[in-house]
Amino acid sequence: MTSFTPISAAIGGGLIGLAVALLMLLNGRIAGISGIAGGALTFRRDELPWQLAFLVGLVAAPLLMHAAGYALPNPIMPTNWAVIVVGGLLTGFGTQWSGGCTSGHGLCGMARLSPRSIVATGIFMVTAMIVVFLIRHVWGGVL
Amino acid sequence: MIRAVAALVCGLIFGAGLTVSQMTETQKIKGFLDITGYWDPSLVVVMAAALIVTFAGYWLARRQTAPVFSARALWPTAKDIDVPLVGGAVLFGVGWGLIGFCPGPAIVDLSTGMPTVIVFIAAMAVGMIANNLLRRHERGSLAAEPAE
Repeated sequence: MTSFTPISAAIGGGLIGLAVALLMLLNGRIAGISGIAGGALTFRRDELPWQLAFLVGLVAAPLLMHAAGYALPNPIMPTNWAVIVVGGLLTGFGTQWSGGCTSGHGLCGMARLSPRSIVATGIFMVTAMIVVFLIRHVWGGVL
Repeated sequence: MIRAVAALVCGLIFGAGLTVSQMTETQKIKGFLDITGYWDPSLVVVMAAALIVTFAGYWLARRQTAPVFSARALWPTAKDIDVPLVGGAVLFGVGWGLIGFCPGPAIVDLSTGMPTVIVFIAAMAVGMIANNLLRRHERGSLAAEPAE
């Protein structure tokens, strides 16, 4: 169980929005993480450098913050490796097929009031809520 | 080169935002998804704050003749609500609910060096490549159709 943290959520969200806005204003690109990661995996010579640089920035951010005394992320992962692999495969395949994830559809697309992105965001949120409901309250697991 | 530097800065800010808001913690995401349990609405505040800033930034970007470091802005053009959009969103939703990871936080959490996170990212990359290959194959077979 985690508690509601509105202040850090608002500050963090503002930073995320700033990064999304800057990537469009400076480079003219959508800051959808699945789009950037999936794009990097197609190795387009003209796009690859900025895509890799963005991804390096994502990983480096908590490390730099840690060097300044901030705690590193501490995600609780499933103990079953099969669940981790299946979850990763579904996330990779699904976000590419759908053309976006929480950032690409949920943020960039919704900020453009794109009907596609509003539909996709509604679907993956409701689906994920159903999965968590089934695991926690029907099956009674702790995944 | 300058585009890569700009992207690096954007990635750093994005990663800092996910870290500060604790969206890097799978238990925090599941706390949001667990609407019938002990619900943690923090993700709603993250999205709302991010959307307000993005909306303002995109409003400005629409008024630029060109982005600062690039010839033109690439805005998405797809309009159809089709099977890939819906099917992909369902598959991603199942993965999101199982682990509590969407692609951004998962990549940020590579900073922990946790083997579970590395395996998740490897599987995610395989899933992405598989879909890319599948779509290329579909396009290829379409192109191979003889013209009427």
